[in-house]
Amino acid sequence: MSQSSDTQKDLLVKGNHDFASVTRLISDIPQQKTPAWWYIAFGISNILLAMLLGMVILLIWNGIGVWGLNQPVGWGWDITNFVWWVGIGHAGTLISAILFLFRQGWRTAINRFAEAMTIFAVMCAGLFPAIHVGRIWAIYWIFPLPNSMQLWPNFNSPLLWDVFAVATYFTVSTLFWYVGLIPDLATMRDKVKGFYSKIAYGVFALGWTGSNRHWQHYEKAYMILAGLATPLVLSVHTIVSFDFAVSIIPGWHTTIFPPYFVAGAVFSGFAMVLTLMIITRKLYHLEDIMTIDHIEKMNIIILVTGNMVGFAYAMEFFIAWYGGVEYEKFAFINRAFGPYAWAYWIMITCNVVAPQFFWVKKFRRHIGLTFFLSIVINIGMWFERFVITVTSLAQDFLPSSWGYFSPTYVDVLTYVGTFGLFFTFFLLFLRFLPMVAISEVKGVMPQADPAYYRNNQKH
Amino acid sequence: MTPSSNTYGILAEFKNPADLMDAAASVRDAGYTRFDVFSPFPIHGMDDAMGLKPSKLGWIVLIHGIIGLLGGIALQVWSMDIAYPVHISGKPYLNFPAFVPVTFALVILLSAFGTFFGLFFLSKLPKLHHPIFHSNHIERATDDGFFLCIESKDPLWDKNKTIDFLTSIGASTIEQIPEESP
Repeated sequence: MSQSSDTQKDLLVKGNHDFASVTRLISDIPQQKTPAWWYIAFGISNILLAMLLGMVILLIWNGIGVWGLNQPVGWGWDITNFVWWVGIGHAGTLISAILFLFRQGWRTAINRFAEAMTIFAVMCAGLFPAIHVGRIWAIYWIFPLPNSMQLWPNFNSPLLWDVFAVATYFTVSTLFWYVGLIPDLATMRDKVKGFYSKIAYGVFALGWTGSNRHWQHYEKAYMILAGLATPLVLSVHTIVSFDFAVSIIPGWHTTIFPPYFVAGAVFSGFAMVLTLMIITRKLYHLEDIMTIDHIEKMNIIILVTGNMVGFAYAMEFFIAWYGGVEYEKFAFINRAFGPYAWAYWIMITCNVVAPQFFWVKKFRRHIGLTFFLSIVINIGMWFERFVITVTSLAQDFLPSSWGYFSPTYVDVLTYVGTFGLFFTFFLLFLRFLPMVAISEVKGVMPQADPAYYRNNQKH
Repeated sequence: MTPSSNTYGILAEFKNPADLMDAAASVRDAGYTRFDVFSPFPIHGMDDAMGLKPSKLGWIVLIHGIIGLLGGIALQVWSMDIAYPVHISGKPYLNFPAFVPVTFALVILLSAFGTFFGLFFLSKLPKLHHPIFHSNHIERATDDGFFLCIESKDPLWDKNKTIDFLTSIGASTIEQIPEESP
């Protein structure tokens, strides 16, 4: 008796589901009538997306002067938003690849969903470096293409490394996501009734039959992709941090940046997954699959990475003092007590103080509090990137060239517009694709293991 | 099914993953080679039960990774040192530490393409059609069905004996799959 209640507690899927009911639970969602809230949300997202398009056109038409950039602050919200969105994306890869390699079965409930978030977040991120170059019609210069000037990109530059890292990241994430989708697209193909939807799912399922001769290669491919994505995700944010760390600006030129950026990325990404997941599981009644245990585990990761970020903030200060470089010392004192002190203390409150609630088990399992804190953390992480980018530029070596950055309406609306881009794609994903990896969830159910039947026969 | 049409194979359904795995082992031990099992998720131990050789995908990926490595180095060495050397802030033309990130990204990118396309190459996918889809039950293989199919191309093929054999190892339903659309 006690043994069976223990196993019930440890089950990843709650509510006594069998294989068929798990299939129904997830594959029915795209077949149901589209709920009214979806149209409303999609409409709002489309309006925001149109606004983003307008702002991008305005920027390209007029030049980057329509943003609040000035001398000396040549990087403002554009790079802040870029780093923020890329960081959010990293949680998806962490869940799908790193937790896979660590054999964390609970990831199956959220990996599809988080990977979709990754892809759309990286799309939002990639927009900013593309449009911030000013002359976007010359953007192809960043690629090593033979051209009439016979010039090549500068491979010494971290900005070029970024191009390769983010482009590779987007491509690999998309391939990984699609490989994961194939068996579930086949499930959709076999479940849907409509002629055209059958063809649409069928084409993308590529003729998947569930054959073990395919599963054999598939499992290998999945493991290799996870093995490739793991160092990739760590390298991407490392290279993003090189954009800052390889320069000689005080406050940027620090070796702690790569690990600190990666921890921050996972921190904000998990918060974003929680925000989206808490809404989605409620709207689509997926509480049996995305359980409270998942929320608790993710909150633990948030607590760990949040404290890593907090440690990095403290360490930056310590090294600035211990290093004895006058400009470095000034940069950090100025961050906390200078003209951007308000942004710095928002960052500290949201990123270091807020996650401390999760030391308490009751708070980790409290959905309302988790939802609230997940948004707080994302605000905090946006401010972290803002503080890093802007404070170091606004007050650097020469006091005579100091300045102050204030965003314009174009800055604000472009940022808000990226949510339109993100949610347009995300809502389409929720509407048309299986949002949980059906075959993977079945694979972690106890009934999937042949030993389950043999043991039961013995009893 | 018209009597003249050829049979692709016999599809047998089993109750659960354990029965399917035992059945696959029996089919292998009986000497059949042209057979396959179909399940909604990969079953651990099935590769051994079927007697499959390890997947060669790793080798395909390795070759692609090496192409990415050599290609990445070649691209940067050639463009920075041979095609148009430009003096940039006193850095050497062959600045190998600076070439690491792009080389790494290209290794990952090429390996990922190798994995993706290698998977489809080895699985012989995408495919517009497969005789197994003529079955009336196979759509449950992506839901909660566990199937085993012995193909008529198998050297040991004998329709009636194969049906008897599959029944004897505990198949719950038996279905003949025609080669052409019925």
